[in-house]
Amino acid sequence: MQESTANQVAANATSSFTEHLLRDRPELLPFNRSLPGGATAAAPLQVPHATTIVAMSYGGGVLMAGDRRATMGNVIASRHIEKVFPADHFSVLGIAGTAGIAIDLTRLFQVELEHYEKIEGTQLSLEGKANRLGAMIRGNLPLALQGLAVVPLFAGFDTTAGLGRLFSYDVTGGRYEEHEHHTVGSGSVFARGALKKLWRPNLTAAEALSVAVESLYDAADDDSATGGPDTVRQLWPVVYTVDSTGARRIPEAELAAASRGVIEARTIAGREA
Amino acid sequence: MTQQFYVSPEQLMKDRADFARKGIARGRSVVVISCADGIALVAENPSPSLHKVGEIYDKIAFAAVGKYNEFESLRQAGVRYADVRGYSYDREDVTARGLASVYAQSLGAVFTAEQKPFEVELAVAEVGPTQAEDHLYRLTFDGSIADEHSFVVMGGQAEKVSAVIDAGWQASLGFADAVRLAVKGLTPAQEGDQPSTPLPSSALEVAVLDRLSDSSRGTRRAFRRLSGADITALLA
Repeated sequence: MQESTANQVAANATSSFTEHLLRDRPELLPFNRSLPGGATAAAPLQVPHATTIVAMSYGGGVLMAGDRRATMGNVIASRHIEKVFPADHFSVLGIAGTAGIAIDLTRLFQVELEHYEKIEGTQLSLEGKANRLGAMIRGNLPLALQGLAVVPLFAGFDTTAGLGRLFSYDVTGGRYEEHEHHTVGSGSVFARGALKKLWRPNLTAAEALSVAVESLYDAADDDSATGGPDTVRQLWPVVYTVDSTGARRIPEAELAAASRGVIEARTIAGREA
Repeated sequence: MTQQFYVSPEQLMKDRADFARKGIARGRSVVVISCADGIALVAENPSPSLHKVGEIYDKIAFAAVGKYNEFESLRQAGVRYADVRGYSYDREDVTARGLASVYAQSLGAVFTAEQKPFEVELAVAEVGPTQAEDHLYRLTFDGSIADEHSFVVMGGQAEKVSAVIDAGWQASLGFADAVRLAVKGLTPAQEGDQPSTPLPSSALEVAVLDRLSDSSRGTRRAFRRLSGADITALLA
C-alpha cells in the first residue's frame, strides 16, 4: 500500500511541461492529433510553409537568421512572418516547414524550457534542450507523414563548454550536431552554397551578420519561396546571436544597414551574381 | 467493529486548525514587501537549495512557510497551472488572483476532506506597472484568502515581525531599504542583556520581482533570486 503510494508520487513527478500536458490536457499539444482519412502525402493540404533558415558559429557564439516569407503553393502567404525565436536565455531556434504547427511547437518548446527551469531551479543543459526538441519533432511524425512536416534548426551557447553549438533535425526527430554552419528550408541549398564561400573561422559578430544576410539574399535569388530584403516595406531578415551573455535580437537598424550593404555591393558589381 | 465516538463538527474543525497552527508556528518567518522598485520576498532560510520563495510566472512569485514537502507540491502545482493557462490562452491572462483562488480551493478541500490539513501558509505576489497595481494575497491552511496591501508576514513570529515592518514601511522604499527593513523584522529581538545579532546573509533567502524588468533587464520575467554576494552588497 505505502509502496504503491510512493511509486505513484515518483511516477507523477515530472519537470516536463509536455509530459504534463500529455497526461492532463492532451488536446493542447500541437501534435498528437491525426488528420481525417483522405489527406495523404500525395495531396498535401494547402497551408503556409515557412522557408529558409541559416545558422553559423562565429568567434564567441552562434548566429541564426531567417527570411520573412511564408508560401502556400505558388502564393506568398506572408511577407512578415518571423521564423527565428529565442527558446530561452541561451538558445534560439529557427523553423522550416508547416508554419502553423511549427509556431505552436516553438511556443511549446519555450514553455517546456521555462517550466523545467522553474520546477527544478536550474537550466537544462544544451544537450538536454536539443534532445527535448528532437522528441517533440518525433511526436509530430504522424502529421509529417501526411505532409505537415516541421524541421527546426537549434543553436545555443553551451555554458559548461563555453562555446556555441548547432543542431539540425530530420522529420523523425533525429538530432545531428553541425559544425561551422548549417541551413534548412526550401532555399537551403542555395544559402548553403553561399555560406561555403563566405564563412570562415572566427568571424566577428558583425561579419557573421553580413554573411548571414548575404546567404539569405542568394537563397532568395534562386528560390521563389524565400524572401529577400524588402527595401520598400522595410522588411529585413530576423537575426539572433547567442553568446556567453545570452541571446540577443539584432536591432532593425543594424539589419537595414547590413541588407543595404549587400544590395549596394551587388548593384555596383552589376553581374549575374 | 469498534464504535466511533461522536465528535461535533465545531470540535473537529478546531482540532484541525490547532494542529495546522502548531505546525506553522514552528517555522521561521517569511516577509513579502511591496516597494517602489517592485516586490521583495525575504525568508529566513539557512538552506541555499531548498527554497521558500519561488517564481511562478512572468510577474508572479510564491512564498511559503510550513512543511517543505507540502508547500513544494503546491508551488509545483502553481507553476503547472500558470504554464498551462499561459500556453492555452496568453501570457497576460495569467494573474495572481486566479492562482490565489485555485490555491484557496485546494487548501480548503484538503482542510475539510483529507486526513490532516496542510501545515502551510502561502503568499502569492504579483508586481504591477505601478505600486497601486501590485497584488499580495495571503492564504492560510484552511483555504481563507486575504488581499493584503504593502506587506505580508507569515510564520512563527509573524506578529512581532509585522509590528517592526509596520513601523518602518513607506511606499517610497527601494529594494535595498525594503530588504533591510525585512531583515530587521526577522532578526530575533534581544533577550535580557544579550544584544541582538543581525542575521548573516547565509541565513537569508532573498528574491525580488522587478517592476521594470522589461526595460532594465530586457526580459518579461520579473523574478530574480539574489545570490549571497548580492544580498551582502544590498545590506551593506
